[in-house]
Amino acid sequence: MGCTAADLVAAIHAAATTIAEHRVELIQLDRAIGDGDHGENLDRGFKAVLAAFEQSTPDSPSAVLKAVATTLISKVGGAAGPLYGTAFLRASAAVKDKAELGPAEVVEALTAALGGVVARGKAEPGDKTMVDALDPAVKAAAAGDSVAQALALAADAAEEGANGTVPLVARKGRASYLGERSAGHLDPGARSTALLLRTFAEVAAR
Amino acid sequence: MSRVGLVVVSHSAGLAAGVVEVAAQMAPDVTVVAAGGTAEGGVGTDFDAVVAAIEQADGGAGVVVLYDLGSARMVAEMAVEVADNTRLADAPLVEGAVAAAVSAQGGADVTEVAHAAEDAAGVPGSTAPEVVPDDAPPPAEGTVLAGAIDVAGGMSVAIGKPPAPAEVVVTLTNEIGLHARPAAVVARALTGLDATVTIHFKDAAADGRSVLALMALGARGGDQVRVTAVGPQAGEALRTFQDLAESNFGE
Repeated sequence: MGCTAADLVAAIHAAATTIAEHRVELIQLDRAIGDGDHGENLDRGFKAVLAAFEQSTPDSPSAVLKAVATTLISKVGGAAGPLYGTAFLRASAAVKDKAELGPAEVVEALTAALGGVVARGKAEPGDKTMVDALDPAVKAAAAGDSVAQALALAADAAEEGANGTVPLVARKGRASYLGERSAGHLDPGARSTALLLRTFAEVAAR
Repeated sequence: MSRVGLVVVSHSAGLAAGVVEVAAQMAPDVTVVAAGGTAEGGVGTDFDAVVAAIEQADGGAGVVVLYDLGSARMVAEMAVEVADNTRLADAPLVEGAVAAAVSAQGGADVTEVAHAAEDAAGVPGSTAPEVVPDDAPPPAEGTVLAGAIDVAGGMSVAIGKPPAPAEVVVTLTNEIGLHARPAAVVARALTGLDATVTIHFKDAAADGRSVLALMALGARGGDQVRVTAVGPQAGEALRTFQDLAESNFGE
């Protein structure tokens, strides 16, 4: 069973709920090694996305992803705006003209999203960023036979990758100013990436 | 004449406005626009505000965008990608904005203005390597030039050094010497001339077109500087500097 524009809108609604529920957790993670605005910024961004959907609901998967991208870029205010914005924008371009997304298209979208994050943030695996969650997620998703399975594998790998950021010393982003002192903390961007992928997997499994 | 405009992207509205204030003082005819803080007035960056600032700063000659850190760079990058004839300058914010403003005031294009900002890193206090006039034309074969004669084993040998630069020694009569505004006045006046001008003071030397290098010399009122120039308009460049010094750089 494929994933339609309506399914994606439902997934984004669920993502907004997840981010709102984890807002304080993300703020606390970011306060430890960053500027403390990640939870606040993402929550504001996803709420703005839902408001945009109320104005007009996009009618293709690509259009949904593009609307998410442009709203996050405009409304987030921190690094998550351009990073997630570019991720959703590249994903949108990767599934252009598709009315429904199967597992192969989901993997293409995730691969494009990762490419966008890397191009924008110049981070590599091991830098203690969202790339540490997204990179293994993209690789794992390729083994999925259905959209739900691909996303579940991606979510598992993203959670593992995010937890793997704890001992790392940050080499990109605000946390990199802390040097060695950034070790021992979970990266908030990797955490939010894992949260989003888990939410998408749960919606796909319904 | 339409000049390159500048946009200063910062996490803070106050910081962006302050940088604009400092840069604009050096370049009265350059449009410098601040894009700092979020739409709600908080700390962060606002993509739409940066796009709007680029439109406002563009008088037809393009725009150079400077930023402070992190998301400001990414937001500036994205805004530059959707704008025409706009360049990002990877430069220290304050020094870069000042250098870019002076360069834009002198009529430089977008690429030159961005380079001026990027060259601003690490200038102060150095006997800047950028001062060496290495673009002077080589002398015609066989010509013997003053200052280009080496005496080895009793024989005079002509070697291929560039022509000796013309030079004057000038006493600075204004109180602050070659500081902020006077340095900008000099850099602007020399930018339009086809000559490589170097200002020497004590053991240091500065490119006459680099306002930061000039300021770093630390030459004050009463100090004597030696000015050398190479190129087709070398004589005019020296006269220009002398005239400016005599008029106390318009102070």
